[in-house]
Amino acid sequence: MGRKLLLEKAHIEGIRGYDVYRREGGYRSVEKALKTMSPDAITEEVKKSGLRGRGGAGFPTGMKWSFLAKPEGIPRYLVVNADESEPGTFKDRYLMEFIPHLLIEGMIVSSFALGSRVSYIYIRGEYAWIVGILEQAIAEAKNNGWLGKNILGSGFDCEIYVQRGAGAYICGEETALLESLEGKRGNPRIKPPFPAVKGLWDCPTVVNNVETIAAVVPIINEGGDAYSKIGVGRSTGTKLISACGNINKPGVYEIDMTISVEEFIYSDEYCGGIARGKRLKACIPGGSSVPILPANLLLKTAKGETRYMNYESLSDGGFATGSMMGSGGFIVLDEDQCVVRHTYTLARFYRHESCGQCSPCREGTGWMEKILLNIEKGKGKMSDINLLWDIQRKIEGNTICPLGDAAAWPVAAAIRHFRDEFEWHVENPEECLRKNYGLANYARPIQPAPVGEGAGTA
Amino acid sequence: MSEQQLFKVTIDNITVEVAPGTTVLEAARMIGGDVTPPAMCFYSKLKGSGGKCRTCLVEVSKGSEKDPRPMPKLMASCRTAVMDGMEVKNITSDRVKDARAGVVEFLLINHPLDCPICDQAGECHLQDLGYEHGKEGTRYEFNRRTFEKHDLGPYIQLHMTRCILCYRCVYVADQLTENRGHGILDRGDHAQIATYIEKALTSDFIGNVIDVCPVGALTDKTFRFKNRVWFTKPVDAHRDCDKCCGEVQLWMRGEEVLRVTARKDQWGEVKESSKGGTGWICNECRFEKKKTADWVVEGPSMVNRHSVISQGHYLGMQQPHETIAKVMGRAPRLLMDIHEVSEVNDPSVDLSAIEGPATGATFKKEKSKS
Ligand SMILES: Cc1cc2nc3c(=O)[nH]c(=O)nc-3n(C[C@H](O)[C@H](O)[C@H](O)COP(=O)(O)O)c2cc1C
Ligand code: SF4
Ligand code: SF4
Ligand code: FES
Repeated sequence: MGRKLLLEKAHIEGIRGYDVYRREGGYRSVEKALKTMSPDAITEEVKKSGLRGRGGAGFPTGMKWSFLAKPEGIPRYLVVNADESEPGTFKDRYLMEFIPHLLIEGMIVSSFALGSRVSYIYIRGEYAWIVGILEQAIAEAKNNGWLGKNILGSGFDCEIYVQRGAGAYICGEETALLESLEGKRGNPRIKPPFPAVKGLWDCPTVVNNVETIAAVVPIINEGGDAYSKIGVGRSTGTKLISACGNINKPGVYEIDMTISVEEFIYSDEYCGGIARGKRLKACIPGGSSVPILPANLLLKTAKGETRYMNYESLSDGGFATGSMMGSGGFIVLDEDQCVVRHTYTLARFYRHESCGQCSPCREGTGWMEKILLNIEKGKGKMSDINLLWDIQRKIEGNTICPLGDAAAWPVAAAIRHFRDEFEWHVENPEECLRKNYGLANYARPIQPAPVGEGAGTA
Repeated sequence: MSEQQLFKVTIDNITVEVAPGTTVLEAARMIGGDVTPPAMCFYSKLKGSGGKCRTCLVEVSKGSEKDPRPMPKLMASCRTAVMDGMEVKNITSDRVKDARAGVVEFLLINHPLDCPICDQAGECHLQDLGYEHGKEGTRYEFNRRTFEKHDLGPYIQLHMTRCILCYRCVYVADQLTENRGHGILDRGDHAQIATYIEKALTSDFIGNVIDVCPVGALTDKTFRFKNRVWFTKPVDAHRDCDKCCGEVQLWMRGEEVLRVTARKDQWGEVKESSKGGTGWICNECRFEKKKTADWVVEGPSMVNRHSVISQGHYLGMQQPHETIAKVMGRAPRLLMDIHEVSEVNDPSVDLSAIEGPATGATFKKEKSKS
């Protein structure tokens, strides 16, 4: 059983409240950081830990912090991204709901490291009840001297505020989030300038995911070196995975990133196998935006090696035969699921959530949705499949923010790996309304593909 | 600015020297011609504009002298600052041409293409873009998007179906008027220009949204359906105005002033005024001063030779020769001569010689005379 660093104590009775949290060793990292470390030393520790952003892109957190501009006399901000709206991802919710003080603790240490005297949590509007939980935790922390003026006599002042979003996925994109936090329409900004230089109210800002900031607590407690020894390669520490779909035990799991995908799906410690004794057809390993993989490419890479639950292994093979760790939303599809319908559902989501600023994303997402609905309803044409490919290709990389890519990739991956299922829909317009294509060959062991074949768009 | 501070940038193998801070698009405009990427949302006089439509995407094949790495993605030239030694590919890049064709297609799939009844026709940037970079057919087989009608008051006509969401009108309202009364409502492909609760847009300089709108989404209600722009004659004129520069273009038919707009430069943007600053005009000049007597006319406006508006405005123009008789040895045979069944557009009436707009009566009167 792997080590748990974040959720180890999440189920202790009363841990949501300050007293139990403190008794269980909470806020030790604040004591250590504020009393014995300099801000730069904390950043150094985070760098050493190898921690990578848990919000989706996997950018090294220590490096991000060291990019923060520090001009004299201008405030800096830490903003925690709790917008978590990616279909399939619900790990931050779990953490904030069960052990809110861990996030607050991590924020105090991170704010000290970055020099942010006012830090924000921007939380998804639909997480309405969590706002109360967080505000309660902030009030308790403040009453006990962990927030406010001159914390622990260090001379460091810090306040944390929670801001609720209004229900837009796009406000999870960091610059859209900042716009929304400023009270404006949540349109992503055109970069550069990056938030590290011009972020919230044009001041240098770091935006980090909830889990990223929570991970700062064990890093400070145990040291960056110790943290970096957990996991493998550049996938250090532990990762929260929210598993859902056709599995026996959906839920949030904290894994150390050395376990195989197969173990994660089938072992009783984690997902407990495919529900109702069905067979595995496909899986989206990192939230709706990352490429879907058929069972045969999920458990083993194209080279025939075991695939592991970490950044490097999940992206092995690029987009041609791999996927991404993404935000850790692990969506499992069994043999009864229809990939066309599933792709249509995702396309509908991205069409609905596009901010509409740039033409390829605004128009392309709607177009793809319409074509996919046609194919799903047995009204598609063979040429539609190539058309879809061409549309996603013209969106990808040509937009302001990565939502365009996130809309294009699922469609591309579905066509890349499940083209025969799309064709079957077109050729059997009536049958496809009554039954599913099923497992087909998607679980059969594959021959290692010659280099270059099926090369994706990446 | 001293010489050595200039940055060298090469666009499609042509090198220019520009001041630091210049965007790739502006540098390309200095070169001019085909090297200039089309721009549907950028407007040099509106702060923060650009970056949205993606028609101006270019390939940066060399980042700068210091850091020669190419940029992996295509960049919006209107929002990418020039670096010293940068090399850019526009029409010499297949990637750019492919992406641009995609953007043009995206902009057109939901556009109503109601040009025959659109007041913008003839001066529409989307028409130009489609003509220059578009395909002849469409691959879109669905109903085009529609919106509920939204009334913006007595001056400005909104046709939301034609809007390409360039945000220029939002920046105009932000930067030229006291209070922005309209904005973008909703998101994605259902985003729209609206005032939320229906409300008239009347603040003093709001009329300029008509001039910046690249398409026929915002048009002048006082000019609505009055005439096609290419039948009118644009002249430069001015008046003493205490609110704006008072320097305008009058769009005339005979002695009648059909429309008043700001003066535009070769990129379709409002020109600098001779008094300094951008030549934005106030609502009074635009909507209320529709008599020749209100204005001092300076003379015919310069119209781009390629614009349809220039048709009929040349002096000493040569008629093309009819070649059918030469080739076929007979006169062209018509199924029906329109002039036998209709009095309208009688060729014996010289349209540009008559006073005011042509009506059915013009033709009857002229006929009975002859
Ligand atoms: C459309 C879109 C939605 C996003 N939503 C989230 C989100 O809900 N939560 C999150 O942490 N990051 C989200 N991100 C990623 C953020 O932009 C940003 O990379 C992240 O918050 C950085 O934090 P990290 O370095 O700790 O991962 C989203 C990005 C995009 C493009
Ligand atoms: S890619 Fe989509 S969501 Fe992102 S800025 Fe463009 S239109 Fe908005
Ligand atoms: S109404 Fe015109 S100016 Fe305004 S966003 Fe639409 S196209 Fe642009
Ligand atoms: S003009 Fe550059 S993106 Fe629109």
